[in-house]
Amino acid sequence: MALLEVESLGISFGGLRAVDNFNIKIEKEQLYGLIGPNGAGKTTIFNLLTGVYKPDKGTILLDGENMIGKKTIDINKSGIARTFQNIRLFKDMSVLDNVKVGLHNHHRYHTISGILRLPSYFRVEKEMTERAMELLKVFGLEKEKEYLAANLPYGKQRKLEIARALATDPKLLLLDEPAAGMNPNETSELMDTICFVRDNFHMTILLIEHDMKLVAGICERLTVLNFGQILAEGETSAVLSDPQVIKAYLGE
Amino acid sequence: MKNISKTTKSNCITFGIVILAYIIAEALIQTGHMSSLMEGIMVPLCVYVIAAVSLNLIVGVLGELSLGHAGFMCVGAFSSAFFSKCMMTSSMPEGLRFFLALLISAATAAVFGILIGIPVLRLKGDYLAIVTLAFGEIIKNVLNAFYVGLDSAGFHFSMKDAIALDMEAGGTIIINGAQGITGTPRSSTFTIGIILILITLFVVLNLMNSRDGRAIMAIRDNRIAAESIGINITKYKLMAFTISAALAGTAGALYAHNLSTLTASPNNFGYNQSIMILVFVVLGGIGNIRGSVIAAVVLTLLPELLRFLNDYRMLIYAIVLIALMIFNWSPKCIAFRERHSLKDLLKGKKNTKEV
Repeated sequence: MALLEVESLGISFGGLRAVDNFNIKIEKEQLYGLIGPNGAGKTTIFNLLTGVYKPDKGTILLDGENMIGKKTIDINKSGIARTFQNIRLFKDMSVLDNVKVGLHNHHRYHTISGILRLPSYFRVEKEMTERAMELLKVFGLEKEKEYLAANLPYGKQRKLEIARALATDPKLLLLDEPAAGMNPNETSELMDTICFVRDNFHMTILLIEHDMKLVAGICERLTVLNFGQILAEGETSAVLSDPQVIKAYLGE
Repeated sequence: MKNISKTTKSNCITFGIVILAYIIAEALIQTGHMSSLMEGIMVPLCVYVIAAVSLNLIVGVLGELSLGHAGFMCVGAFSSAFFSKCMMTSSMPEGLRFFLALLISAATAAVFGILIGIPVLRLKGDYLAIVTLAFGEIIKNVLNAFYVGLDSAGFHFSMKDAIALDMEAGGTIIINGAQGITGTPRSSTFTIGIILILITLFVVLNLMNSRDGRAIMAIRDNRIAAESIGINITKYKLMAFTISAALAGTAGALYAHNLSTLTASPNNFGYNQSIMILVFVVLGGIGNIRGSVIAAVVLTLLPELLRFLNDYRMLIYAIVLIALMIFNWSPKCIAFRERHSLKDLLKGKKNTKEV
């Protein structure tokens, strides 16, 4: 059974059918790309998957569990984590604390032990710091752990966002234009990181991207979206050579 | 581990400053170098420090503007004074009575914090500020029209006047409407005030450096991202509101037990008071707990120290406020100073930096 199964998903904003009859099936540990021209409805699909918008039609199953009608925080607890197109870090908090917030639901102690500094506070905080440092090391951010997130260079902010999402221990990771604003060097480094995350954390990843080099380089399957509808779906190489796709997306 | 020791060090400095200030003030009092006027201001000083630190939890840590902090103080003051007045005839020792009064004030204010928190959590920014402002005013005005008496038949309540209580002879009026509560035992001392400051600092600073504090700050920095990683927004907003209210309540209790007559007048618990506490927080640096402590102390002492200037007192006070605003150490102010440097202006240099 596929990890994520979405069937005939749809939502309208006023008269606009933003997403219509969207289907996707993502297997475990697959690297899946969602591409399409601007305004095709890609981020809307992410917002539907994470419960920010409520679909008016369709089903979303994660590991066989229904996600429709759940709140964003419960969907995260069920195992979907995401990053954002416009980076949304906790700017006035340190890099380390950004990741530790991500660990919030996995390492717990009571508020009272936090205030009174009971032994459980020290034990759990130590666990959290260790786990957060492991994640920061994966992304090469361990030296910057005390920086404020806002002071990180752009590429590292993107990485920190992925680290924070991974901290919630998801089954499915949604990356919204992870390579946006990166130079070719940073992009190829990011491609390595994404593959590393998939292999090392056994993660299933769905990503939105405009950078064709990245998409062609790492995605195993693709879905192409145009005006809210699926234009093509299948193996990356087959989809990218589909004349319809080339016409709609890559230009004639 | 360096990160932890850094915040711990900073917290220790904050505690150290408070304890040092206490030792100096106490030495001045004991050796008779402090005027009775100044001695009288020591407890209110503690009240304002606690209020400012607790408000910083909402404004600086949660990132929401609250203009009703005096309302929480008012709730704490009246609930504790009510308790103390009722218990005055019993044989309870004074220390225990005041301790219980403090607990009651914190609990009552916390309940009000939850009550006001639930509807208010749907609001943000200006709207939240206005609702909390209204809350403070409502509390004050309701208490002004509140009559409670105690006689052998038990408690009597009225919202009309003291006669409507219909009391037996020999009964006492505890809350007498606009005249408030008279004859509250004056249990507050400077030492108790300092202990309460230390407890407040302990609670707020430890909360900020814990799992829950991080969640609250995450909501402040980016609500949508916080939700996406599974932070329960409602729970943590309510937690910040409730803890802040409870601490403000103890400040109110300290205030009430420093006066023999407690009234809910605009001078005590009006919106001016709320704004003043907010001024302490803003000038001390939003989110900076130590700054709140220092700002509250300086700005409470200043009008007293400037008394010799007579008519010019408030003028100088206003100038000091402006100066503090320009010369504080928040990052935005430092950036502002760099842009509008007086040195460059005097040298006639063209300011090339973009605004």
